[in-house]
Formats: sequence, C-alpha cells, structure tokens
Amino acid sequence: MEHHIQLPLTREKTVKIKSGDTIYLTGVIYTARDAAHKRFIELIREGKKLPFPIEDAVIYYVGPTPAKPGQVIGSAGPTTSSRMDVYAPELLQLGLRGMIGKGKRSKEVVDAMKEAKAIYFAAIGGAGVLLANCIKTCEAIAFEDLGPEAVHKLTVEEFPVVAIIDTTGENLYEIGRKSYLENLESLCDQQHI
Amino acid sequence: MRIIETQKISEIVSRLCIEANCRLPKDVKTCIEQSRSSEKWPIACDTLDKIIENYKLADSDNMPICQDTGVACVFLEIGEDLHVKGNIAAAVDEGVRMGYQEAFLRKSVVKDPLFDRKNTRDNTPAMLYTEYIPGDKIIITVAPKGFGSENMSGIKMLRPSDGVDGVINFVLETVEAAGSNPCPPIVIGVGLGGTFDKAALLAKKALLRPIGQAHSDARYAALEYKLLEKVNDLGIGPQGFGGLTTALSVAIEHMPTHIAGLPCAVNINCHVARHITEVI
Repeated sequence: MEHHIQLPLTREKTVKIKSGDTIYLTGVIYTARDAAHKRFIELIREGKKLPFPIEDAVIYYVGPTPAKPGQVIGSAGPTTSSRMDVYAPELLQLGLRGMIGKGKRSKEVVDAMKEAKAIYFAAIGGAGVLLANCIKTCEAIAFEDLGPEAVHKLTVEEFPVVAIIDTTGENLYEIGRKSYLENLESLCDQQHI
Repeated sequence: MRIIETQKISEIVSRLCIEANCRLPKDVKTCIEQSRSSEKWPIACDTLDKIIENYKLADSDNMPICQDTGVACVFLEIGEDLHVKGNIAAAVDEGVRMGYQEAFLRKSVVKDPLFDRKNTRDNTPAMLYTEYIPGDKIIITVAPKGFGSENMSGIKMLRPSDGVDGVINFVLETVEAAGSNPCPPIVIGVGLGGTFDKAALLAKKALLRPIGQAHSDARYAALEYKLLEKVNDLGIGPQGFGGLTTALSVAIEHMPTHIAGLPCAVNINCHVARHITEVI
C-alpha cells in the first residue's frame, strides 16, 4: 500500500502503516548518526534538553556529502542502522516515532518500537542523489564539530521510504523474502508465457 | 628509461576519484539494467528502477552516486622500465586530497581505528597497493569503497578437505549474515589461496574485474556462475526487500597456497561498485 504522510509522525498515523508499505514523507525530519546519538544519551543522563523535540519526531540516519555552492545538501542516502541500535530504545521511550536507515535492527529496538508504536523505514541505500532531491531545506542545529555527523533539521517533500518494521513488529526483511520465495513458482510461470 | 613526475600521478588520481564517485562504470550499469529486466517481484522492480534513476541523476548532475564516497583504494601497476620521480605514496594521497576536496566528496577516514577516531578531513591516506609489471607504462586503478558493504565481508581459513563445498558454504553464510546491510544487489569478490592477508587482497582485486567477464579458467568460471545462482536463490533481493537480484556478480581470484591451507576471503561491494582504470 502507498501512503503520503505529513509529519510529525503521530501514533494515529503509525498504526495505519504496515510492513512493506511504500511511504512518501513530507515535513521536518532530523539527521543523526552514532556520534550524535551518543551525545543525545549523554544529554539525557545530564538531564539536559535534546536539540529538537523528540515527541513524534523522525530521525534519518545519514551523513551527507558536503553541499556544493548553491545546493541545499549533497548526496544523502541512508547509513547502516544497526550502529544506532544501542541508543535507539531510550529515544523511543521518550517519544521518537520514526527512524529512517537501512539494514537490520536488534530485538531491543523492535521491542521498544512496539511499545512506542514507532516505525522503522528504509530509504534506498546508495540512492544518494534521488533522496537529496527530496530535501528542500537543511539547517545544522547541533554538534557542528562532528562535520558530516552534525545534527541537521531537514524539510523533506515526498521523501520515498519503505516501512520495514511496523508497530506490531512485523519485519519486511523477513516477510518480504519469505513471500517472494513462496511465490517463486507462479513468478516463473509468468516468465514462460 | 621513461621518467614520470609524481604531479602527473596526483592529477590522474584526483580525476579518477571524482569520475569513479559520480559515474557508475558501464559494466555495472549494464548488469543492473539486465537484472531489472529479469526481475518479476514488484517491490524489487521498483527498487531497481530507483537505483537506475539515481545513477542517471548522479551522472547528469555531477553528483556522488552515494554519500559514502568511501576510502580510496588505489592500485598502481608500475612498469619496470619506468622511473617515477619522487614519493609515489605521497603523490597518490595528494591526488585523493585534491579530488575529494574539489568534487565535494565526503571525507570518511579517521586517524586511528581505536583510540583517536578523528577525521583526517581530506580522506587520506589512500589504501595503496603497488606492483611491478613489464614495460614502461603505469596502470592506475581507483576504487572508492564504502563501508556499509566492507563491514559485511569475511575471511575463513578453510581446510583443504573442505574443497568446493566449503567455499560455497562460506560465501553463502557471509551473504546470509550480511542480509540487507550491504545495500544489495551486491557484487561479491572471492579470494582463494595465498596467506590470510593475500586472500583478502585477492577478494578485493576480484571486485575490480569488469562485471560480466568470467574467470579465464573454466573451472573457476563455472564456480562463479554456480555461486551467483545459489546467492540469488536466497531471495534477499534488492535492499533486502525480497526478490531475485541479491547479487549482480561473483568473481573469484586465486593463487598458490600452503599444503595445509585453503584461505577463503569474501569481500562484499554494494551496487555502487565503483572502479576506474587509466594507463599512462
């Protein structure tokens, strides 16, 4: 199924999304990789405020190439999500509702996602230009010393992602492959027609 | 004896870094497009379409295909009758520095792997390999390597008795464990023989072979074909969403080894399989 979603990503929106759905996101998302996540957790420990409102937020795991003069952002595809697995559950408990990356997640993350009614989306790894074209504004809001790993506030329009893990814990990396293999025979038949 | 200035090497390395990162080689494009035409699973078709659209956009807009513009792996094959005036390694690093700066490529190298993970800010040092060849030419190959796929690579010191089945099983295990992480469809380089370190280098070199060009030894060519079929029977598919196209190609490189061993290295590359060569 295809959804066009206006952010923020409230629980009312996430519960309607199913693993395998194609989603086009419009609105504000925030970038963070592992170095920034480590600092988020330190801020939480110190009782300080995070650099953006976490409730119903979506974090994009990305470290873009530098923008050329006149560009909003350089190439901006997803990085491997598992590096954020140790930090994600705590942010989900605080209201983080969506994460965009690529690759597998840990059981701890999936459990925290079910609790928080959050969604794990994948953007196409290696499609850096296609995705950058959907980013309309980009502003560094924290940890600028981290270079490509600084936290940025992005405004995106019709940003294409696929729902990998939904609020029930259903996982496209498991069911997608299974369903393809189960349908292999009928797909082969089609090929011979 | 032919003499060449190091500055010339820097200029070429710089240009190749930019070219490799913004333009996917023709062999890779052809293979992705062929895979798209044999793919029947809807989400896999859609994913491959987006991958194709992306490299076309990168080409027309002069943009890096992927934001992970990699570590610069540089291979120099230097003619024995050629004298390079100056420090070759420094010249290669200067080329990487210039190219990554000029084309706004991402600098992704840290100074120390464990204690001081500070960005070197110019993407140096390059991962440089040099070897000597007959003649007075120098062959320069640049292959920027992203780490989403590099991290999913593996090496195993197989026993000689493990044989062909041992190799097949280890390749399949490595691809299975990698799953969606290395951005499938992937390119698989397999290095067999040598020592622990040589096998890894052979696997990396296998990634440089043009896709679609089978091994010159029919036995290895048949094994490459068999491995590709078996990998694509796994159903992981583009980006791990399910589908036929888990891998675009499997290439094997091999060399003599010890009587007691069968080193087997599997180096995984993503669909942004960048490699470019120039002869001077």
